[in-house]
Amino acid sequence: MRKCELRLLGRIGYREAFELQQQLVAGRKEGSLPDQLLLLEHPHTITLGRNGHLENLLAGEEGLRRAGVAFHTTDRGGDITYHGPGQLVGYPIVDLREWKRDVGAYVRGIEQVLIDALADFGIRAGRIPKLTGVWVGERKIAAIGVHISRWVTSHGFALNVNTDLSYFHLIVPCGLTKPVASMAGLGVHANLEEVSTAVAEHFGRIFDCEILPGAGLSLACSENVL
Amino acid sequence: MTDVVMPQMGESIVEGTLTKWLKKPGDRVERDEPLFEISTDKVDTEIPSPAAGVLQERLVEEGKTVSINTVVARIDEGGTAAAAAPPPAVQPQAAAPPPPAPAPATPAVQAPPPPPPAAAQPAEVSGPLSPLVRRMAREYNIDLSRVKGTGAGGRITKQDVESYLAQQQAAAAPAPAAPAPVPAAAPAPVPVAAPVAAPPPAPAMAPLPPAGQPKTRIEPMSTMRLKIAEHMVASKRTSAHVTTIHKVDMTKVARMRERHKADFQARYGLSLTYLPFVARATVVALRTFPLLNASIEGNNILYHNEINLGIAVALENGLIVPVVRNADEKNVLGLQRAIVDLSTRARSRQLKPEEVLGGTFSITNFGGFGSVMATPVINQPQAAILGVGAVEKTPVVIDDAIAIRSICYLSLSFDHRLIDGALADQFTAKIKEALENWSEEVL
Repeated sequence: MRKCELRLLGRIGYREAFELQQQLVAGRKEGSLPDQLLLLEHPHTITLGRNGHLENLLAGEEGLRRAGVAFHTTDRGGDITYHGPGQLVGYPIVDLREWKRDVGAYVRGIEQVLIDALADFGIRAGRIPKLTGVWVGERKIAAIGVHISRWVTSHGFALNVNTDLSYFHLIVPCGLTKPVASMAGLGVHANLEEVSTAVAEHFGRIFDCEILPGAGLSLACSENVL
Repeated sequence: MTDVVMPQMGESIVEGTLTKWLKKPGDRVERDEPLFEISTDKVDTEIPSPAAGVLQERLVEEGKTVSINTVVARIDEGGTAAAAAPPPAVQPQAAAPPPPAPAPATPAVQAPPPPPPAAAQPAEVSGPLSPLVRRMAREYNIDLSRVKGTGAGGRITKQDVESYLAQQQAAAAPAPAAPAPVPAAAPAPVPVAAPVAAPPPAPAMAPLPPAGQPKTRIEPMSTMRLKIAEHMVASKRTSAHVTTIHKVDMTKVARMRERHKADFQARYGLSLTYLPFVARATVVALRTFPLLNASIEGNNILYHNEINLGIAVALENGLIVPVVRNADEKNVLGLQRAIVDLSTRARSRQLKPEEVLGGTFSITNFGGFGSVMATPVINQPQAAILGVGAVEKTPVVIDDAIAIRSICYLSLSFDHRLIDGALADQFTAKIKEALENWSEEVL
């Protein structure tokens, strides 16, 4: 069975996470690393995909600065989106040559992971044809944007767990004028750790790989540190 | 001539949008070098060139969506030699958009075309470099122009760098038999057979990182680091920290320690430090002032009947506070034995989970690192923590005469929600009194 290293990074800046992704992608391309699943949370950040439209950013740069929101342009697919506390961000780094070699299947797979994880928390989510992402009714609960180079994926998905959705008012999410949703907004109060666990489990199942928890995460006695 | 087509990215994908050309007509491309980017269904993909040569023409403009297998460009594989000829010779034909800016400027007869990269400048490294190769070059301080690339299009791979390093080391170490005095802690940098006989002389200054390299390095925090971070901030947010500092004359204890040190070592195999004396005096003071051995629970004060002393132990990359249980039932010997045992096992990570739980008061001995005084952070949910500074011989005035005494500063950080300054000072004065008038025999 293929292996996938799980890295729980906690809260991490967009740029740092991006640089880490690049290093891991380089390692994955050379075969010195197995597949990776990075799960994390960003501080308030708005990112614009390569094919994004700046007019979907409603707040000016000054407005963003005042709201304490960082802004990055990036090389993933998709338009503009918001990341912030309470949102589970996942960056799978997978060599698709070893899994179906199919970009469409990959995106549908990511959607399925999130749909199944949400079902664990009693939320019935689904797809809307031609609108990549995961939806609850007409509201978008998770966004997807991927970059692929030599069949190795980077970037990934962002699932609103207990995100402060008012920050989405700064943008037109993914250029769509449809509303956004969060798990907390639907009355499900889960924390990021619980959702991470569910997502990692379903990721392993859908992408047919064994999830290896990251090194250094099994330290027994660090409770009473000072 | 090789046709470049819109690739099949998966069964369900029938078309793609060409979002960006990464090469201009006339540019040389290597096989597998990214040539253009496409976008399908929220996925951006870099498409590598199927062949090495010169990009002859681009047949699809940026922003156009075409179905898979549409020819989007042509590559002239004979271009290897042609690359040395002036690139403007190969002009795109009608259909393709004109190449942007610089190209049309060059045909001016006198202006020589830019020199072909290959032979002219030996320092140039051909082909793009992977981040890993760049990092290795930086780490081992390698001039990459000396490394022969064996990858696609002469690209330098990790293996190339490794074999170059191995060669260099073989050359530097002619006598592989001699065991190299490599310090055990520092692992050999490269997984090659012969250890480096003599490390290369360290450059006077660290080499400047090549331009364009990141100035920072990123590393996820360990679980312990995260826990420490969480606890520290939580403690500062929870307790109203105040620190009071008392000066303690440790001369009596120092003499006692001198007297018993050798015997203690011989009899128990333990060195005798100042810490068990401070711990013993603290226990006495905690008995007298039980509020210091309490915690806040909701709107109640929780008095602990046991005195369980947390002792902060510095680890290589962190900190842990194992607990000496029922510390009031132990004398100096018992305390020292417990402290040595717990700190040794803390450093070798052999503590049991229950051995770090249930502390009711903590001591941190920063004096061991030379600090004279500090303001420690309370170990929640405790009410206070005692910091022990270094014991130093100091001139002091006693009865209008100058004397040399062993002086130590004790810092008590306390939670002002529960403990007022007067009580905190009475408590610390009690510790001071016990230490300055030490009467108990140690053995």
